[in-house]
Amino acid sequence: MSHHKVRISVNGVPGEDEVESRRLLVHYLRETRGLTGTHVGCDTSNCGACTVLLDGMTVKSCTVLAVAADGSEVLTVEGLADDEAMSPVQEGFRACHGLQCGYCTPGMVMAATGLLLENPAPDEAEIRAGIEGNLCRCTGYQMIVDSVRWAAENGGAGTAATTHAERASS
Amino acid sequence: MGSMIGAAVVRKEDPALLTGRGTFVEDLRLPGTAYMAYVRSPVAHARITAIDTQEAAAAPGVLGVWTHADLPGLPPTRSVPGMERPCLADGAVRFVGEAVAVVVATDRYLAADAAELVEVDYDDLPVLASVAAATAADAAPILPGLESNVVLEQVLSATDAEAELAAAPHRMAIRLRNQRCAAVPMEPTVCLADWQHSGLTVYLTTQTPHHMRNEFAQWFGLAQEQVRVIAPDVGGGFGAKASCYPEFLLAAELSRRVQRPVRYVETRSENMTSMVHGRAQEHDVEVGFDDDGRLLALRVRITQDCGAWPDTTGVGLPTLTSFMSGGCYRIPVIAASFRSVVTNTTPVGSYRGAGRPEASYMIERVVDHVAAELGRDPVEVRRVNLIRPDEMPYATQFEGIVYDEANYPGCLDLLLTHVDYDDLRRRRDAQRDDPTAPLLGIGFSTFVEMGGFGPTPLFEQFGYVGGWESANVRLTTDGSAVIKVGTSPHGQGHKTTFAQIVADQLGIDIDRISLLHGDTATVQEGIGTMGSRGAPVGGSAVFKAADKVRAKALRIAAHMLEADESDVELTDGTFRVAGTTGPTVTLAEVALRSLKPHLLPEGVDPGLEETAHHEPSNLSYPSGAHCCVVEIDRETGRVDVVRYVAVDDCGTVINPLLATGQIHGGLAQGIAQALYEEVSYDEDGQPRTGNLVTYTVPAAEDLPPYETHHLVTPTSFNPLGAKGLGESGATAAPQAVVNAVVDALSHLGVRDVEMPCTPAKVWGLLNTANGS
Repeated sequence: MSHHKVRISVNGVPGEDEVESRRLLVHYLRETRGLTGTHVGCDTSNCGACTVLLDGMTVKSCTVLAVAADGSEVLTVEGLADDEAMSPVQEGFRACHGLQCGYCTPGMVMAATGLLLENPAPDEAEIRAGIEGNLCRCTGYQMIVDSVRWAAENGGAGTAATTHAERASS
Repeated sequence: MGSMIGAAVVRKEDPALLTGRGTFVEDLRLPGTAYMAYVRSPVAHARITAIDTQEAAAAPGVLGVWTHADLPGLPPTRSVPGMERPCLADGAVRFVGEAVAVVVATDRYLAADAAELVEVDYDDLPVLASVAAATAADAAPILPGLESNVVLEQVLSATDAEAELAAAPHRMAIRLRNQRCAAVPMEPTVCLADWQHSGLTVYLTTQTPHHMRNEFAQWFGLAQEQVRVIAPDVGGGFGAKASCYPEFLLAAELSRRVQRPVRYVETRSENMTSMVHGRAQEHDVEVGFDDDGRLLALRVRITQDCGAWPDTTGVGLPTLTSFMSGGCYRIPVIAASFRSVVTNTTPVGSYRGAGRPEASYMIERVVDHVAAELGRDPVEVRRVNLIRPDEMPYATQFEGIVYDEANYPGCLDLLLTHVDYDDLRRRRDAQRDDPTAPLLGIGFSTFVEMGGFGPTPLFEQFGYVGGWESANVRLTTDGSAVIKVGTSPHGQGHKTTFAQIVADQLGIDIDRISLLHGDTATVQEGIGTMGSRGAPVGGSAVFKAADKVRAKALRIAAHMLEADESDVELTDGTFRVAGTTGPTVTLAEVALRSLKPHLLPEGVDPGLEETAHHEPSNLSYPSGAHCCVVEIDRETGRVDVVRYVAVDDCGTVINPLLATGQIHGGLAQGIAQALYEEVSYDEDGQPRTGNLVTYTVPAAEDLPPYETHHLVTPTSFNPLGAKGLGESGATAAPQAVVNAVVDALSHLGVRDVEMPCTPAKVWGLLNTANGS
């Protein structure tokens, strides 16, 4: 199995690592970078627990090879909070009880953040469509929808995500 | 500070989980950890004629490869005596996904590579992938040493109700199916075992750490004190993480053998065939009733497909179904019996509701059948049969099954104030006559289920030490508090709700109360989280422990105030002589004083730390009334839930925000069972639903918003008055949805639709029932 050197910035922290060509981005984040907030919930890219922002776009990091992210910037759930304060999406999930076991939560929060970057004022149907690639088994989704609406009304995607997206588009 | 019971406090659990700082088993790092990968059976029933592990053993990074033959003396997992499941297939495989061999390697990718290199030769045996196949006259027994695939059979009533059925003005036979479902917690099974000279530590995705510790100790002949089981953050369970899996025991055994920590991370595809499935029951029902729809006699014969290896909890579930078969209705005679049948499929165990949703679905569909037969309104038929509040507590004919304080008709009345039933019926009829409009249907479900599992004699039957729960409440010298509890939450939010209970008792700010759980080394003896027992049983133990701390603190405070104990009161964390504005002492001052033995009143031991156990006097019985409105697309047969209204009576509500979350989650799984989910197998026992592409876990667009309301009738069965509510939604919803679907199609002569009501099934009914 061949190895490759990759340069990947995660949450603004540059990294240069030797990775196997088949290594998944999610395993690179969890194991090489020690960022275990991004979870794996399936093996068919259905559940979305591994969702991160890659150069401003939400991707399922179980379906991206680490080598394919060479030269990219990644934003994970660990990178959302700003100066000790949680992002509006994170705050919304807490205020509206948008999480129970917390396993799908990082992916759900990243998907919601990506949605608000694209559409700062989604209606209920747009929220439900915007998170359709992320499965939650605990909440039945309504309180997640409420959480995303709360975030939209209280600051949107947040500073870290907005900065990440702006850098990607510049 | 006002009462914290009933306050919608946001969760203490959330900041860590929201910032990626949660601690799930797979997040833990121990130096030198090796990875397990399984070789699993691709066939449902076969003799293993040869296993070649040579090439795998020589692969890079491999520390070892084991088959059953390589692990002599390895005991099987605990089950029904005579039906114990070996950890690795012992000469034969009995379902797709059964583990045949295991590889341990230094890296997860290398372990998976090596598992691919193991060659297994199979000699096919006849596959019996359904109850019909497994009970056919020529069906050979699947399990060794047994004469039949019917492994358990029980009659739970003294009568077969034949006389009463024969005497009833009307009699009807109905066959109902509660399909096999998968729990699909978003975190699959993960374990990390670390066997050292000093003992065994296992980090586990479990709902029952103490119970698992006992299993490990018994399995390996260790003292329980040498085994430490830790359930850190656990990513959902829904009952399926209450089972003891062979993977757990093998991880420990292989850690012992390779002398390093060993980790097992199940893939989702493995999870879909390895984790116990739920439900999988068929009901043959006969009901006798009069012209008003009054139920006079009920006979229920339950057949459970228990899968290839009977799970200890799984085979107990039809008993619960039998006990609850009368629902919330006054039925003079109920004859219930069941049998469990072994098939070449994944074992069946607990899944949210575990035995009670099956009963509730059955009796609620029966009531709608009776209404349809008589041409009466389903709400009216419910009304004539509901047990009245003045009949509570209501002893069912099953010994020990006594419904607690509740108001079943009150729940239905409250529901109807939120649902304009007349208007809905008008709309249903109007849409029926308008071919451009979707068909509308209205379904009701008035239900009762069991919560607060215990007491001990019942829980012993499921293999647990007891049905109590334990709590320890300790005040530190600054007056903050630490709770240790034997429940093991995995999303329920006990850190928040149990802190509310202590805050309420002692007047401590909730931010100065923390809770430890899920660690057998730090928590006193405990049982776990399942069967809607968190608040009623675990919460009651916390309440009792806090009450003991309060009593002792009062005694110390009285001594400090030089007052009589009976004159001292605790308000907002401050003790004073009642009705005076005189001197006060704070709880923090009392806590500090409690550790100054020379300053304590005579006979008072130092410290403010108390442990309490709560043994429930009986199960509690959450109830409610739900209404579902569906629309059916005439072109595609797709069913949409357009409105769902739930009235629940779970007794005392500790935290309405979290209670709503529990109800929503249950409703989602119940609606999903009605519309989307089914684990199915083909004739060869090949799973058709082996991953999340083929098994339909609904997404946000597939589920409706929910309207939830409470009617609060506290139970007298525990000091909090809480009945539990984690399983109510999943128990109530399937029949509310199906009754609505049938209602929408009833003008076509449709009387029943089997779950799940998929577009294909409904489209088929639309196109055969109306003659086109």
